[in-house]
Amino acid sequence: MGAVLTDAFKQFLSHIQDYSVMAGRSLANLASGPRYFQDILQQMDDIGVGSLPIVLMSGFFIGAVMVLQTGSQFTRFGQTALTGDVVALALVRELGPTLTGILVAGRSASGIASELGSMLVTEQVDAMRAMGTDPSRKLVTPRVVAGTLMLPLLTALNDFIGLLGGCVASVFTLRLNAVQFWTRAVDALDFADIMQGMMKPLVYGFILATIGCYKGLTVSGGTQGVGRATTQAVVVASVMIIGADLFLTRLALYLGDKIF
Amino acid sequence: MTPSPQASEASAVVTFANVRIGFDDDDVLRGVSFAVMPRETLVLLGETGTGKTLTLKLAAGLLRPTQGTIEVLGQEVSSMSERELLPYRRQVGFVFQEGALFDSLSVAENVAYQLRENRLGEEDIEQRVRESLRFVELEHTGDMLPSELSGGMRRRVSIARALAARPPIVLYDSPTAGLDPLTAQTIITLLLRLRDVFGVTAMLATHRLQDGFALANFRFDPESKRVVRLTERESTVSATGANGEPATRFLVYREGRVYFEGPAEELAETKDAYLQRFLV
Repeated sequence: MGAVLTDAFKQFLSHIQDYSVMAGRSLANLASGPRYFQDILQQMDDIGVGSLPIVLMSGFFIGAVMVLQTGSQFTRFGQTALTGDVVALALVRELGPTLTGILVAGRSASGIASELGSMLVTEQVDAMRAMGTDPSRKLVTPRVVAGTLMLPLLTALNDFIGLLGGCVASVFTLRLNAVQFWTRAVDALDFADIMQGMMKPLVYGFILATIGCYKGLTVSGGTQGVGRATTQAVVVASVMIIGADLFLTRLALYLGDKIF
Repeated sequence: MTPSPQASEASAVVTFANVRIGFDDDDVLRGVSFAVMPRETLVLLGETGTGKTLTLKLAAGLLRPTQGTIEVLGQEVSSMSERELLPYRRQVGFVFQEGALFDSLSVAENVAYQLRENRLGEEDIEQRVRESLRFVELEHTGDMLPSELSGGMRRRVSIARALAARPPIVLYDSPTAGLDPLTAQTIITLLLRLRDVFGVTAMLATHRLQDGFALANFRFDPESKRVVRLTERESTVSATGANGEPATRFLVYREGRVYFEGPAEELAETKDAYLQRFLV
């Protein structure tokens, strides 16, 4: 029993080590050539533009739901005017980044894992290596760079559409003035809030892309393994994003106090 | 175990000396030594799981032996770092068992892949791609995706991709596995042409003896553009590799060691029960 646990723990540590090495190299690769800009652009299109519809739609609905939930509470105290403040703070600081992270993890971490996993089991990764290409540079780095750069942009759009959704909902359900909602929402935000909201997706993008690549490039067990890796990529990336959220929030609050 | 006599010769293109490799404490290759001379074709014959593919991947630097040294084109592959291996691998063509074409790229882009990596000019690339595809008689498929091709065609594209950068060595991993006899014949003809037109040194892993015998007993005549049977004198040359003529040698693995090494005739006339299983 003890031996089984020790082995499992060792295996877990070895996964963490391999993952860290891969994630570190994905960034270190940028320091020297060859760099694959074409692939970076392609991945930015795939992860960024490709995720737009789901991110925008979810953003709109989440903003509207926030208004319904908080509005009913505020109505009790006759403070419905505060809805804009609450929706803006919650969206920009927390819900926008984290929801975008989880949504894109569901879409892109799984996509990356299944694409790279299929390439691995059909020996395409080996073929690449056999032709003198470093898969870490050609496959991992473009995805990680694209993920890290696109997530903040997607989050910004998600925040905007979320506020729009909130605005629409507050006009129709709370009979608030649209201009009033919008002005209060924008005024409620400090620079520190925006910093917090933009710092998180930077890390989330890195997490979801590296987890997708790691799960894809460590597939074993053929086609079935690819399926397993795809599921694991989404689960691990989502849990890691929520876990990272806790620490990033603490860090952002600390920095917000000290600096901004 | 001492290296085979050929291994000591400096002119060998590929030299394996006492190479061991295995997974999970179980060695697949247990001290393998052999050498491949320039323009020679070494046919690795054996049942599945005897380490044929492993040998090719070791030679290409895709895997690292747990023990022993591998030298290819005068470079000690077994001790190179991954960074040093990348430029090395560009000198070696590798044809994977299932072709391993990049399925998101068109046929022409697949063939052009390594040329782009080598930063050749667009015009050169286009010309080389056309030449390579013409060589495998698939010039018309350039714009198609690999998924639109038949199994045999995919193998041919994979050969075109391997030869596009004109490597001095080509490694074939069971290029005829799972193909119908006619298509397999087309592939072997291609291998003959590659050897006799470009003079590449090759290692061919296969479980089909007839593939090896075809290489040993036939040659491609560039003038008549046909495959012709070797005359008796030429066969002797083929077996010994005299005068720089392409030679074909066979290597049979059994339980992780070299069980047989020699020319086609010796294999054909063998009385050994294990080897005879390949002959039927």
